[in-house]
Amino acid sequence: MGPAEIKETILDILEGIAPDEDLSGLKDDVPLREQLELDSMDFLDIVMELRKRYRVQIPEDDYLELATMNSTVNYLTPLMKDLEKV
Amino acid sequence: MSSYDTIIIGAGLSGLAAGIRLAHYDRRVCILERHTTIGGLNSFYRLGGRNYDVGLHAVTNYTPKGARKGPLARLLRQLRFRWEDFALVPQIGSQIAFPGISLNFTNDFELFRSEVHQAFPSERANFDKLSAAIMDYDDLDGALASQSARSIVGGWIRDPLLIDMLFCPLQYYGGAREHDMDFGQFSIMFRSIFQEGFARPWSGIRQILKNLVRRFKELGGELRLRAGVQRMEVDDDRVSRIVLDDGSEITADRVLSSAGLVETLAMVDRQPARTPQPGQLSFVEGIAVLNEQPQNLGCDRSVIFFNDSDKFRWQKPEEFVDVASGVVCLPSNFKFDRPLEDPMVRVTALANYDQWRSLPPADYQAAKQAAYDRIMNVVGRFIPEYRTRTVASDMFTPMTVERFTGHANGAIYGSPEKRKHGTTHLKNLFLCGTDQGFVGIIGAMFSGIMIANRHVLGTVSNDSVTTDLEQVAAAGVDF
Repeated sequence: MGPAEIKETILDILEGIAPDEDLSGLKDDVPLREQLELDSMDFLDIVMELRKRYRVQIPEDDYLELATMNSTVNYLTPLMKDLEKV
Repeated sequence: MSSYDTIIIGAGLSGLAAGIRLAHYDRRVCILERHTTIGGLNSFYRLGGRNYDVGLHAVTNYTPKGARKGPLARLLRQLRFRWEDFALVPQIGSQIAFPGISLNFTNDFELFRSEVHQAFPSERANFDKLSAAIMDYDDLDGALASQSARSIVGGWIRDPLLIDMLFCPLQYYGGAREHDMDFGQFSIMFRSIFQEGFARPWSGIRQILKNLVRRFKELGGELRLRAGVQRMEVDDDRVSRIVLDDGSEITADRVLSSAGLVETLAMVDRQPARTPQPGQLSFVEGIAVLNEQPQNLGCDRSVIFFNDSDKFRWQKPEEFVDVASGVVCLPSNFKFDRPLEDPMVRVTALANYDQWRSLPPADYQAAKQAAYDRIMNVVGRFIPEYRTRTVASDMFTPMTVERFTGHANGAIYGSPEKRKHGTTHLKNLFLCGTDQGFVGIIGAMFSGIMIANRHVLGTVSNDSVTTDLEQVAAAGVDF
């Protein structure tokens, strides 16, 4: 999948984690932590959801790459380019 | 023989929440519950055509919809629930009533602050300093956390009466230890009761439990009722086999037990070097069903914590019950948009387990009736005509608690010794729930989540997530 589908996947995961949030106004270049008050347990859930759904392994040293939507998509693009969106 | 990734002992709030986390991440998980129904210390039942909650007065830690911080918001995200799923409705207002002085509080901390300022003018600055320190305090592993709350709070506040009035609700809603609690717990509870606040679903604890159990089953989790654990066999520092009451056997990689510290150790073959102490504090609770809403009878308080003696005493009484202090709860007095079908008043007081235990069976009912009459007397202060308005009643004693929850000594808040990290002397046996140390409805569920994250989701993978998950789980304690 490409960057657009990866973004959709992340939004889908975020919607699952925080069903009460309106994600339509989410800014791609502002840290998710700031916008949604996500804590470290929530970030781990994003990592675990990616592993559960796509078997994508994200090493601990790379967690900082998940700071904003843009950085997350950039980071995941090479890792997920050969995967089909589910 | 059945085999699971994780066995959870106890289908209460913590066990169910842990089960949801594990089932969501595709672990093969089974919850074993000895009782015929779910809920544990926070269950529900029907009697004479009416619905009763077992223990629920109020859900603490209430934050309104849209709040992103605090234990409730974090819990909803971890369990993937919407705020509406728990249908929490805030309290009207509660009270701490001591001789000649009372403090009201609502879910707006400013009101409580002004009540304290008015009643204790000389403590204004001290109280503000204390509450600011608690608001910011998030280091539950720090040096302060395990120290005596009485001594730390006493360093800020001078008036022993105000100290007692602050301690009274906190002790009643989670004090496992006599006289005192640790400062970490004091901080969590001060926030959950005074800075966040009380709420209640219209249909009581059912609302929350039914959501939990439905979700757990949808995710593929298995729940077995009438499936008590008789013993756990130990092989090389690990639980190797679980034997049920009916003699059948189960194996699992890990066991999370919400049965309590002493109660769980009683199931395992091999004991730790040092035996922990069971809890000593138990309670009686009387419930009177009224034929009129309390507000129409002159009482609009949601919960009243009362103390009638010079000094508030949090200790095991000598007698069957101690009526010097207690809690009056009026479940109708929350901001519901329709009245409760069965208005009730519940009164909780400290009780002596040994006295109840040693009663000859023939005398139990009479003792129960006598205790009911004594503890319910206090209701007359708030609802003068409650006796003639009572249409049904029920009561639990320490024996009831022990019988239905398995808690040693009928100690609702468990052992004074808590295991914050959930570990035991066995490598694959962990504790969640009461004796892990988080209290209240939200705290119990959070306990299950934290222990599942830390000890199961964090150790199953063979990649580098392991260590980070443990750090994250540790950080998860910080509310």
